[in-house]
Amino acid sequence: MSKKKIAVLKGGRSLEREISLKSGARVEKALKALGYSVDVIDVDVRMVKRLKEIKPDAAFIAMHGRSGEDGTVQELLDILGIPYTGSNVLPSIRCMDKVLTKHILVADGIPTPRFYAFNRDAFQELGATDTLPIIGEELGYPIVVKPAAQGSALGIRFAHEESELPAALISAFSFDNKVLLEKYIKGKELAVSILGREPRALPIVEVRPKTDFFDFESRYTLGKADYIVPAELSPEVAADIESLSLKVFESLGCSGFGRVDILMDESDGLQVLEINTIPGFTETSLLPMAAQATGIGFNELVEEILLCAMEGQ
Amino acid sequence: MTRIDFDKYEEFYAKRTGAMRSSVMRDLMAVTAMPDVISLAGGMPNTSSFPAKTLDKITHEIAMHGAAAALQYGPTEGFDETKENIIEVMAEENTLVERENIIVTTGGQQGIDLVTRILVNPGDTVIAEAPTYPGAIPSFCSFEADVIQVPLDDDGLRMDLFKEVLGKLLKAGTKPKFIYVIPDFHNPAGVCLSFERRQELVALAKEHQLIIVEDNPYGQLRFEGEALPTLYSLDDDDNVIYLSTFSKILSPGIRLGWIVAPAPLLAKFNLGKQAADLCPSTFAQKIVNRYFEQARWQDYVDTVRDIYHKRRDAMLTALDEYFPEEAIWTHPQGGFYIWVTLPDYINTTDLLALAVEEEKVAFVPGAGGWVDGSGANHMRLAFCGVPEDKIEEGIKRLAKVIREQMVLYRALQGE
Repeated sequence: MSKKKIAVLKGGRSLEREISLKSGARVEKALKALGYSVDVIDVDVRMVKRLKEIKPDAAFIAMHGRSGEDGTVQELLDILGIPYTGSNVLPSIRCMDKVLTKHILVADGIPTPRFYAFNRDAFQELGATDTLPIIGEELGYPIVVKPAAQGSALGIRFAHEESELPAALISAFSFDNKVLLEKYIKGKELAVSILGREPRALPIVEVRPKTDFFDFESRYTLGKADYIVPAELSPEVAADIESLSLKVFESLGCSGFGRVDILMDESDGLQVLEINTIPGFTETSLLPMAAQATGIGFNELVEEILLCAMEGQ
Repeated sequence: MTRIDFDKYEEFYAKRTGAMRSSVMRDLMAVTAMPDVISLAGGMPNTSSFPAKTLDKITHEIAMHGAAAALQYGPTEGFDETKENIIEVMAEENTLVERENIIVTTGGQQGIDLVTRILVNPGDTVIAEAPTYPGAIPSFCSFEADVIQVPLDDDGLRMDLFKEVLGKLLKAGTKPKFIYVIPDFHNPAGVCLSFERRQELVALAKEHQLIIVEDNPYGQLRFEGEALPTLYSLDDDDNVIYLSTFSKILSPGIRLGWIVAPAPLLAKFNLGKQAADLCPSTFAQKIVNRYFEQARWQDYVDTVRDIYHKRRDAMLTALDEYFPEEAIWTHPQGGFYIWVTLPDYINTTDLLALAVEEEKVAFVPGAGGWVDGSGANHMRLAFCGVPEDKIEEGIKRLAKVIREQMVLYRALQGE
């Protein structure tokens, strides 16, 4: 039997291009080591043409953020009839938009921090500004202001009082046309990676910033946070978190792999923040780290994700 | 419990490594470097105008007649011929220097690094302009300098504020290790230090026995107005260290710059350079030497100066036409950059994301010019690397995203 042909899709125009190029390069190396025939596409307007020429047995999507993670590439691959890794179009759309994600979570009775969401027009044409005092009272300060499109820590700001909201909103609107204002919850930040055709939770990773919580640069800079895996949790709490994460994964309709970010407040209450359908594959990413903690090496991880895609067809 | 660090080598890093950081620009580089993005970001000299035939002839001659020396190690301070070339360049700025006071470096950047390496202990004070050259900050930080930044205006470093800062420091018994200034066509601010302020700064250095580090990579690129004397030429008390480079008058790829300094300092820079990289590239020096021998280097400078001049004009015209009246910008008489100040509610680091994603245009966010990341409402626009039509298009697109932010702000103010 000839070698299976896999197209690795990486790059693209998203602000996370850099991370995606790194993820793609690592995935390429792993697939070659596993004996696949690999074609790498740095995604641009020629992507569909290239895919039609290559006719791969499957596509490994190593893209993050816009286009790659929001259902766009998935839709095109569906049309071309090429199986691909990770979630399908609908869950990709749902998870890329934090507002949509949170509405679905709420509808399914899954706890998520209280929030309000707006698009630009709400402020520019409907006078949403006048609701800000109400929101301030409802959520209490500080308020976390985020662009709805997930996939990057960029654009996330904290407003400690009402006067800080305009600048925080302008920043968040620089990254998306829709933003959410979310109640700030102090607690442990936990990342639960999910893997497999029969989805299972990998060991929980606790992200512990070495400096002030508010310092986002620190949180996302190499060596500026500690990662504790498995997180220091009682077996009961860990089991609760794992089952909650699996419920989230299922509720949004995800498949193959993903990562659920959860906050645990001081009274052990759990709040789901977001779901990443294509978390990073770099040396410093949480998914490979969690996999490693249960003895799944990087190549093995890549192969399991790929097999989910190919068997899923 | 396992505590995983992303980086298993973390325990090995020196303390100073923690102070080194990458810039937002680096992180977004992959997107801003896409071919369809109009980049007003990088200060890229126009290397495409360099005559290929000249380069071909020179490298051929070196290969045929001077290969052995060109491929061999050389003196740490550089070849005498290179120093003669430097003397010639500096004479053009009416600055007379001696061979004995010159060390050839690997680009101007190494000059900044060597000066900091030799002079600064952790916690020592360095004074710089606000904003300062974004590339100098990593050097200062990696040697754990305590950088105090003094604002500049259209005439360069604000001497009133500088004297205030200096007075406080001296009163507290803290002598700054050096004052780092870019007097000509400042990067990123585009301004020049006025003649009066130059005199005052040099006089203060003499009075208090301070070291001024004069970084002058753009001095030859004046399009209009009177040339101003270098601080080095105004100083009669050996208080100025002068840094420059061949990057803007010949090629940044050549990676050759220089330091001019009093002999005792130079001896230490020499030791620092031995430790860093033994000697500047001999091959690159031979290219420069032959080039200076065979061609009028000034002709090439005239060519690129003319290109930059036209591009600056195009950018100023476009700014006038498209930018909102709430924005103000500098009118540089030379160099590479225009510095724009926007309303203070606009964060240009966030604006860059919007500009790149929606309008495919890039610039350098202002915060890079401050050690503490302030100055977020400024932006640096480089006119050097992009032809006029693209400059106009780029400014037009940029104006669009700025206006979007302004409309949103007004809505958020309930207007």
